[in-house]
Amino acid sequence: MSVSLPALLSQLLLGLVNGSFYAMLSLGLAVIFGLLNVINFAHGALFMMGAVLTWMAMNYFEVNYWVMLVVAPVIVGLFGVLIERLLLRWIYKLDHLYGLLLTLGLTLLIEGLFRSVYGVSGLAYDTPDALSGAFNLGFMILPKYRAWVVVASLVVCVATWFLIEKTRIGAYLRAGTENPRLVEAFGVNVPLMITLTYGFGVALAAFAGVLAAPVIQVSPLMGQNLIIVVFAVVVIGGMGSIMGAILTGLGLGVVEGLTKVFYPEASSTVVFVIMVIVLLIRPAGLFGKEK
Amino acid sequence: MNKSILGYGLLFLALLAAPFMGAYPVFMMKLLCFALFASAFNLLLGYTGLLSFGHAAFLGGSAYVAGHAMKVWGVTPELGLILGTATGALLGWVFGLLAIRRQGIYFAMITLALAQMVFFIALQAKFTGGEDGLQAVPRGKLFGVLDLSSDLTMYYVALLIVAAAFALIVRTIHSPFGQVLKGIKENEPRALSLGYDVSRFKLLAFVISAALSGLAGSLKTLVLGFATLTDVHWSSSGSVILMTLLGGLGTLSGPLVGAAVVVALENKIGELGNLLAGLTRVEWFNTLGESVTIVTGLIFVVCVLAFRRGIMGEVIALFTRGGGKRAGAAGGGH
Repeated sequence: MSVSLPALLSQLLLGLVNGSFYAMLSLGLAVIFGLLNVINFAHGALFMMGAVLTWMAMNYFEVNYWVMLVVAPVIVGLFGVLIERLLLRWIYKLDHLYGLLLTLGLTLLIEGLFRSVYGVSGLAYDTPDALSGAFNLGFMILPKYRAWVVVASLVVCVATWFLIEKTRIGAYLRAGTENPRLVEAFGVNVPLMITLTYGFGVALAAFAGVLAAPVIQVSPLMGQNLIIVVFAVVVIGGMGSIMGAILTGLGLGVVEGLTKVFYPEASSTVVFVIMVIVLLIRPAGLFGKEK
Repeated sequence: MNKSILGYGLLFLALLAAPFMGAYPVFMMKLLCFALFASAFNLLLGYTGLLSFGHAAFLGGSAYVAGHAMKVWGVTPELGLILGTATGALLGWVFGLLAIRRQGIYFAMITLALAQMVFFIALQAKFTGGEDGLQAVPRGKLFGVLDLSSDLTMYYVALLIVAAAFALIVRTIHSPFGQVLKGIKENEPRALSLGYDVSRFKLLAFVISAALSGLAGSLKTLVLGFATLTDVHWSSSGSVILMTLLGGLGTLSGPLVGAAVVVALENKIGELGNLLAGLTRVEWFNTLGESVTIVTGLIFVVCVLAFRRGIMGEVIALFTRGGGKRAGAAGGGH
């Protein structure tokens, strides 16, 4: 079987692009789960919200892409703060499962609302002028926008890693994950920290959504299938480590891209197959700690 | 106990009489299939404490196999149902083996991911008909003698099958095996320390639940004559969770009530919306039929926040107030 080098490289790049989304989403899920013990099913819906809000701002108010890259995550983050304060707060003492069920309900609610306004078809979304076109590298054509997505998400992921692993705020956060009651006894406002963490994780999803909009078709259901793949990514990586979540996300994106080249039929299932293999060999996940 | 036997007897009589009281048999059969599906699911979530997010795969997977067997191989309906049930059991065994390796929230995520894999396979495989699904599955003759093409005959056969399966679930729950499952749900380390092989019990419960979901799926294909991607889509798993949660986790009658409410809601919500639009003159209500998910999402949120015992859980708590013991066993919140 012969595969041309440019085709291979372009699928590899597309894989990296998808991998960046996986990385940002699984990172947010891991941070939220660490502190809240809630698996945020609504992550996909909030990712979609980031994209659709940007589409709305661009089409109705002619706000430009760069503004929305900051504004959309802020709006969705604030929305997340509201969700945490009004709803999630009441279920921390219950079984973890209720967190999943509550956020599942929220997902249906949010997606249903957007669907009743926009239907299910894709909305046209333009690539910003500065990023349209491509670099010609000689051996391949590198679309500027895809390169930008990979770079931007890597920067955000590494910044998040730095924030959590190397700063004082991050230290509080990690301590809160280990033992919230003790941290509270030291005078840290844990409930506030929980609220902000949820807001931040969700804002990360919205940021990924804004980035994804020109690559994936914008539609109210765009987050659905993605979130299930991200769950598999989280199972594969284990939620113990921030860097682990980033690497697993990127790695699986690349594997998926390569599968598209060599065996396209399996490209939608390959992540799940890898999950099965990892569960058989290393049940706690690649970066997970055995409890 | 006597009271509940009386209750189920009355329900069964009412269901026997339903076609003569104006109920539309096909709708009633759809209801029965989902009631069985939800009861099978409840065996796992309500009595073993395992949240599977992959039951769509058992419902939909066996619907395809049963449909294919009856349509292409031309097997009799009872063989189709057996094959469908076996498919559910087999899938359940595979899912269970993998998912039991992780606990709690991971269990849910793994089953969801595996079911999504089944969805993609169903989307791409030849025998499922892809986007079109499997159409025009014949009902055939039960045991080669009883012609099922009449809705009324089909209805009574379906009612008998569902009633028998439900009786099996009740028997399972009250058996020593069921007691061990409850023990695992309440306190897994304790069950382990008492010497029970917890993983094997969980796996067996998972397989039984998946097999009965498979029976529900293949019966649904037999009744409606088609199997589509909707059944294998993750939203089916979501909807069976909703039925169980709304009806009452860990109550026997809850899933029956929950299934009835959810199926009725999904089928009739358009009419309800039109009615509301007429009453309130808010145009938006007319589109309610297309946005069932908004309503189901809302019910989910309300159930989790304020109504965790579900409809039947509340009813049972109301009747056994002061008795305490039974209410505790039936309560959903743990």
